[in-house]
Amino acid sequence: MSEQQTEANGAPRDLVISARGLARRYGKSIAVDSIDFGIARGEVFGLLGPNGAGKTTTILMMLGLTEISSGEVSVLGFDPAREPLKVKQRVGYLPDAVGFYDQLTATENLAYTAKLMGLARAERAARIEAALARVGLAEVAEKRVGTFSRGMRQRLGLAEIIMKRAEIAILDEPTSGLDPQATQEFLGLIRELKAEGVTVLLSSHMLDQVQRVCDRVALFRGGRIVLMGTVPELAVRVLGAGFVVEVEAEGPGIARRLAMIPGVTQVETLAADRFRMTAERDVRPDAARAVVAGDGALRRLSVDEPSLETIYARYFQTQPTGDVRHAA
Amino acid sequence: MRREGSPFRGLSTVFVKELSDHVSSIRMLVLELLIVSTALAALYEAISSLRQNTAEDPFLLLRLFTIDQAPLPSFVAILGFLIPLMAIGLGFDAVNSEHNRRTMSRILAQPIYRDALLMGKFLAALATIGISLTALWLLVIGLGLIFLGVPPGGEEIARSAVFLIVAIFYAGVWLSLAMLLSTVFRSAATAALVALGIWLFLTVLWPMLAPALAQAIAPADPRYALLGLNDPATAVWTQELLRLSPNDLFGEAMLAVLSPTTRALGPVFLDQLRGAVMGAPLPFGESIMIAWPQTVGLVAGTIILFAFSYVLFQRQEVRA
Repeated sequence: MSEQQTEANGAPRDLVISARGLARRYGKSIAVDSIDFGIARGEVFGLLGPNGAGKTTTILMMLGLTEISSGEVSVLGFDPAREPLKVKQRVGYLPDAVGFYDQLTATENLAYTAKLMGLARAERAARIEAALARVGLAEVAEKRVGTFSRGMRQRLGLAEIIMKRAEIAILDEPTSGLDPQATQEFLGLIRELKAEGVTVLLSSHMLDQVQRVCDRVALFRGGRIVLMGTVPELAVRVLGAGFVVEVEAEGPGIARRLAMIPGVTQVETLAADRFRMTAERDVRPDAARAVVAGDGALRRLSVDEPSLETIYARYFQTQPTGDVRHAA
Repeated sequence: MRREGSPFRGLSTVFVKELSDHVSSIRMLVLELLIVSTALAALYEAISSLRQNTAEDPFLLLRLFTIDQAPLPSFVAILGFLIPLMAIGLGFDAVNSEHNRRTMSRILAQPIYRDALLMGKFLAALATIGISLTALWLLVIGLGLIFLGVPPGGEEIARSAVFLIVAIFYAGVWLSLAMLLSTVFRSAATAALVALGIWLFLTVLWPMLAPALAQAIAPADPRYALLGLNDPATAVWTQELLRLSPNDLFGEAMLAVLSPTTRALGPVFLDQLRGAVMGAPLPFGESIMIAWPQTVGLVAGTIILFAFSYVLFQRQEVRA
């Protein structure tokens, strides 16, 4: 929250990536349409949105791997279009469905990229070993990557970023196609990176996962960023309130009593004894008081953190033009 | 807009990796076996025919390369046919396999330029071919020493070394073509088929089509036909058309270098030969001069085709 405050105060944050009016056009079609964003050091930033919304194109522009049609982006103070080597030296990239040379072992694959990074021979071996150990691949270091599962390949890709000691890690759909166990492990690794002070940029359409690891998210749609902020901020903006409280209680006129609590914007009656309230703050104490005061029998009182899933679904519901695929 | 850093950063890394991939690949092993076994068969025939007249020939070693004993063509002709196959085999999936394995964006996210990747792949494949051809060349010289028992002279070694260099450039043309196709087509199978199609067209069909085309462009004057002669205009056209094929350029250059008595590669008028001692070998330098335009043609072809794939590759989207 301190981050938001400094932002609100207008104090300069330590921005590692900042884009202004960034756009990419292919002929007449527009892949990325003049987007602006800034990512602070040490932040985990999520890029959300349906397939084809411009997330990967944005990432490629930040790495200097595709041309920038207009606008500008600065990564760690460098311009990726003019100084791609300096950017790529400091930024690690895990592409969507990353591939390796199947006939080489995990160590050999990393050794190749380590050489491309220009690491000295002595340092290479130590870093590769440490990185493989970090992602839990030490035991299969000498196995051919051809035998690896999808989850292992993703972790190997992350090991490459760890080996690079990247200041920024850009992960494109890192958990798509992973089983729940592998996903959990992978998210744990991302949190470790954050703990080390690495800035993580994560693109995904797995909303609950994004919510679990990201500090802030940007919602892409048709090449534009339509929403950006922390999840509670987005909830207030899209759902109109930050808290959803479910009440299970029996008694006369409970819905009316609940609606009278200050701060409550809406009360839905889900069943005869179940109500859902939307509120600007945590209104559970007031709800309990209201039920008890009306001689009602309170059975359950629960609060839902606003889920990104709800925000996402609600946002796209309210936007009538919809060729949007809910990709999660 | 000038980009920072060297385009050759990472070149040696890519080169070494690709070279070790090629050298250890089964594909390369098969190609080598194919070439070595056919070349050995041709050599065996050549040696057995040469043993009859060892004493008469001043360029015995070179005869090993050029003699053809039916039904087998000469060693050089076999190489002219098989070198393209080897080059295509090494180049047809150079770029598209990186896309298909999804390694392209990961590699290009390392601090190197695309130049290094393409150039490294090209040089590694060319080096692989160069190593195989050098081995083959040493094999020929060694077999010549063992079975003919006549040590080769300095000029023979020099001429056969020129053969080796021109053969590598000849492979370069086909390698550039294969890599261009691997950049254009995302599917390796399509690239391979198109490359093989071009190879068959240029080696098998073009020698038959070129005279027919020349006949259509410059119809033979009936007066020459009455005298039982070829019309020089048609002959020149035929040759110019044939030279569009790298096979023909390689063949002509080899003829000039390996058969020292070759005085000209095109049609020659009788009066141009006045004073020539027919059958006498030309000095080394003169033979090189005759083969020079063909060699330059092969080098130019390599560079032009490589430049095309370079431009295409630079503009290509990283994403599959």
